[in-house]
Amino acid sequence: MPRQKIELRIRRQDSPTGSSRWEEFSIPWQPSMNVISCLMEIRKNPVTKQGQKTTPVHWESSCLEEVCGACTMLVNGKPRQSCTALVDNMPDGPITLEPLTKFPVVRDLQVDRKPMFEALKIVKAWVPIDGTYDLGPGPKMSAADAELNYAFSRCMTCGCCMEVCPQYNSHSDFIGPAPLAQVRLFNAHPTGRMNAHERLDAIMGRGGIVDCGNAQNCVEACPKEIPLTEAFGDLGRQTTVHWLQSLFGK
Amino acid sequence: MAAPRIAIVGGGLAGLMAAIKVAEAGVAVDLFSIVPVKRSHSVCAQGGINGAVNVKGENDSPEIHFVDTCKGGDFLANQPPVKGMCYAAPGIIYLFDRMGVTFNRTAEGLLDFRRFGGTLHHRTAFAGATTGQQLLYALDEQVRRHEAAGLVTKYEGWEFVGTVKDDAGRCVGLTAIDLRTMKTKAFPADAVMLGTGGPGLLFGKSTNSLINSGSAAAAAYMDGADYANGEFIQIHPTAIPGADKLRLMSESARGEGGRVWVPRKKGDARPPRQIPEAEREYFLEEKYPKYRNLVPRDVASREIHNVCVNRGLGIGADGMGVYLDLTHIPRETLKRKLEGILEIYEKFTGEDPCDEPMRIFPAVHYSMGGLWVDYEPTKDGFIDLGSPKNHMTNIPGLYAIGECEYQYHGANRLGANSLLSCVYAGQVAGPAAVVHALGQAKTGAGTPASVFEAAEKRWTGRFAELAKRNGPENPYKIHEELGIAMLSNVTIVRENGKLQETDAKILELMERWKNATVLDDGQWANAPLSFMNQLENMLHLSRVVTLGALARNESRGAHFKPDFPDRDDANWQKTTVASFTPNGPSFRYDPVDVSLCTPVARKYD
Ligand SMILES: Cc1cc2nc3c(=O)[nH]c(=O)nc-3n(C[C@H](O)[C@H](O)[C@H](O)COP(=O)(O)OP(=O)(O)OC[C@H]3O[C@@H](n4cnc5c(N)ncnc54)[C@H](O)[C@@H]3O)c2cc1C
Ligand code: SF4
Ligand code: SF4
Ligand code: FES
Repeated sequence: MPRQKIELRIRRQDSPTGSSRWEEFSIPWQPSMNVISCLMEIRKNPVTKQGQKTTPVHWESSCLEEVCGACTMLVNGKPRQSCTALVDNMPDGPITLEPLTKFPVVRDLQVDRKPMFEALKIVKAWVPIDGTYDLGPGPKMSAADAELNYAFSRCMTCGCCMEVCPQYNSHSDFIGPAPLAQVRLFNAHPTGRMNAHERLDAIMGRGGIVDCGNAQNCVEACPKEIPLTEAFGDLGRQTTVHWLQSLFGK
Repeated sequence: MAAPRIAIVGGGLAGLMAAIKVAEAGVAVDLFSIVPVKRSHSVCAQGGINGAVNVKGENDSPEIHFVDTCKGGDFLANQPPVKGMCYAAPGIIYLFDRMGVTFNRTAEGLLDFRRFGGTLHHRTAFAGATTGQQLLYALDEQVRRHEAAGLVTKYEGWEFVGTVKDDAGRCVGLTAIDLRTMKTKAFPADAVMLGTGGPGLLFGKSTNSLINSGSAAAAAYMDGADYANGEFIQIHPTAIPGADKLRLMSESARGEGGRVWVPRKKGDARPPRQIPEAEREYFLEEKYPKYRNLVPRDVASREIHNVCVNRGLGIGADGMGVYLDLTHIPRETLKRKLEGILEIYEKFTGEDPCDEPMRIFPAVHYSMGGLWVDYEPTKDGFIDLGSPKNHMTNIPGLYAIGECEYQYHGANRLGANSLLSCVYAGQVAGPAAVVHALGQAKTGAGTPASVFEAAEKRWTGRFAELAKRNGPENPYKIHEELGIAMLSNVTIVRENGKLQETDAKILELMERWKNATVLDDGQWANAPLSFMNQLENMLHLSRVVTLGALARNESRGAHFKPDFPDRDDANWQKTTVASFTPNGPSFRYDPVDVSLCTPVARKYD
């Protein structure tokens, strides 16, 4: 039975340093709505459930089909993409929207995930090609290897895994699950492998792979079902071998 | 002379490719984007990228790719740039392969290719059904490498609002607004390049990302850059209807064997799998036995429209839908080759397309038109890659690349040719901008500071004025009405009376825009304030599209007028070029260079 009205409770915050408050909204139900179309409805008439005029809710989104990662927020307490959060699939009662908690709030539901992009620099998440001129085909790769790498290369830097990781927080140096998984990806590429040691160096010390407590929360939260913990097992082996090699001067 | 700097606006495939080329030349790049570049719209591209690598023993070649593209575009594109692109395509695919894109592979470990619309060859390389995402990530990674090395500076969360020109009319920089502090700032540059993507938002709901407003290209147009072939808007035949967006169901679904059909009997309410073969009409296969379900998009969209609107055979409560059927293909194959899009369908409809035929309908998808750009041909019909003219707009020093320019697709784009044209444009325009920058006697930074101060003052004043607006109209409602008008009248079927009505509607919305409120008086991350500015640009660009369509009394590619059903080469084999005037667009018509591939009737049966 579709509902007649959709009730939303939204945690709002005007600026990074401001305090937060809850606002409630009630909007008419329409077919095939998701959380984003609710927010769009609100901005066409920004009035709370109590009839108070307010400002449109601020949020970040782009693709609306769960490939860009932009619209991640807490929906009913769980980190997920709000564009695939379909109203008709939600339990009865108000829908709660809050910003992710592990990143600084920009405004309302938008957070700043810059640390995730910076981490990609630290782990050198790229294949160091010679240049973009035409140098012929790349290395051959089996279909099976390509398929496994594809699973890792779908990471859209959304931050769900970071949000649920108990080790990733403001008083730890842990780099977090998403960038670690990218080390796994690039170390598996025939060209990327040539610089594997640099990436391993980056994740061997404090804040690196040893800080993962293997709680497995991350893998459950990942919307793209990226085999994160498998990757960490693999990286654990890679770092051990690398450590032994450096111990014996190669 | 101070070291040159080039400003690139847009971090989609086109902008990132250009940034890499400029950085490789040792020139510094300032890269502007509304969203973190890794979240640009290019991630949405599903099906793949074309290049005649010819791995299936089909004797495919860049020349055949070129001919298919000219014909697919109904002979409206200037041919030398198209030829350059098709010949560069295999090298571009190899480049991505070297960057580590996880393309699907054959049993031997080579790149795999699939078929797309408008060709008889397997020419489309793909990474599952998220090819655009994979290509964009590869470029994003390479740009990050240059960023770490100090050559690229990113301004993510900044919106370009206008060009800065010197007294001689040269583009010497740009003005942008920081979407958090809402402060405007002018940036000097020795060349400015726009790779700001398509204008799907003009139509309200489309397959495009929410950030594809077309407003940046419109701003350049209002600054004096010409806009070409604006009336050519591609309607994709297969999308999933939704409340906020019409999500694409990629052509690759048909490339992998998907079949389009409706029940032969009007109003047949049986579940699709209970309808026997003989009672299904595979209308594309019946009418186009050679290309079958893989006719070009404009053709397929018109046929679906015809089946639903004129013949009343559409499915669903409103009769606006047809089946796209994959259920005859093994689940395992579907998962390996189409997983990304099947997931999207299942997430948004709750049905598994491996078990149930999908219900789809056409949606606005892509703009063939865009900012007018130049090129320098060689005698043998290619592009002179050393010329600063390539991809330059009519404003010296201002370049345009990717979906926001018009150069490669004529009157209709073939599937999987857009990612190619974005990357090729970036590869060509990056070096062109460098040549231009190095050839200038006076640099952007050498321009008197007063020029930039004036630009900054103008835009600060503009936003301050907009912020004070407090009328009764809601800008998002105005946008909704614009979308409805454009969608009803300026898409698959165009009638002059309706187009005139639409223009009158846009003029009405322009008046009402003056009485709109900004809804938010905050000084921080005020999205409605930036939207107010974008909306005005979008209204101007909508007029370019609508009036361009009104004037063109023929049918060609995506532009179809029942009252003028044929292509009219004598009068209309011409590029539409719109220039901004305060009273609306003024049009001129330029000849098209069709010297390399002679126009023929465009047939796919
Ligand atoms: C659903 C879908 C599927 C598609 N599938 C395919 C396919 O399989 N094959 C194919 O060839 N093509 C496909 N296309 C088309 C193709 O994806 C696009 O044409 C292409 O990605 C456009 O890339 P771009 O670089 O021009 O711009 P975009 O990727 O759209 O990037 C635009 C950039 O400009 C920035 N920007 C915009 N305005 C401003 C501003 N004012 N200030 C600052 N920055 C700004 C944005 O932040 C963004 O970084 C598909 C399109 C859609 C919608
Ligand atoms: S396994 Fe646990 S500790 Fe390790 S990254 Fe995942 S959530 Fe964090
Ligand atoms: S690993 Fe998964 S959850 Fe984490 S950022 Fe990437 S896509 Fe999101
Ligand atoms: S808007 Fe891109 S993931 Fe939701």
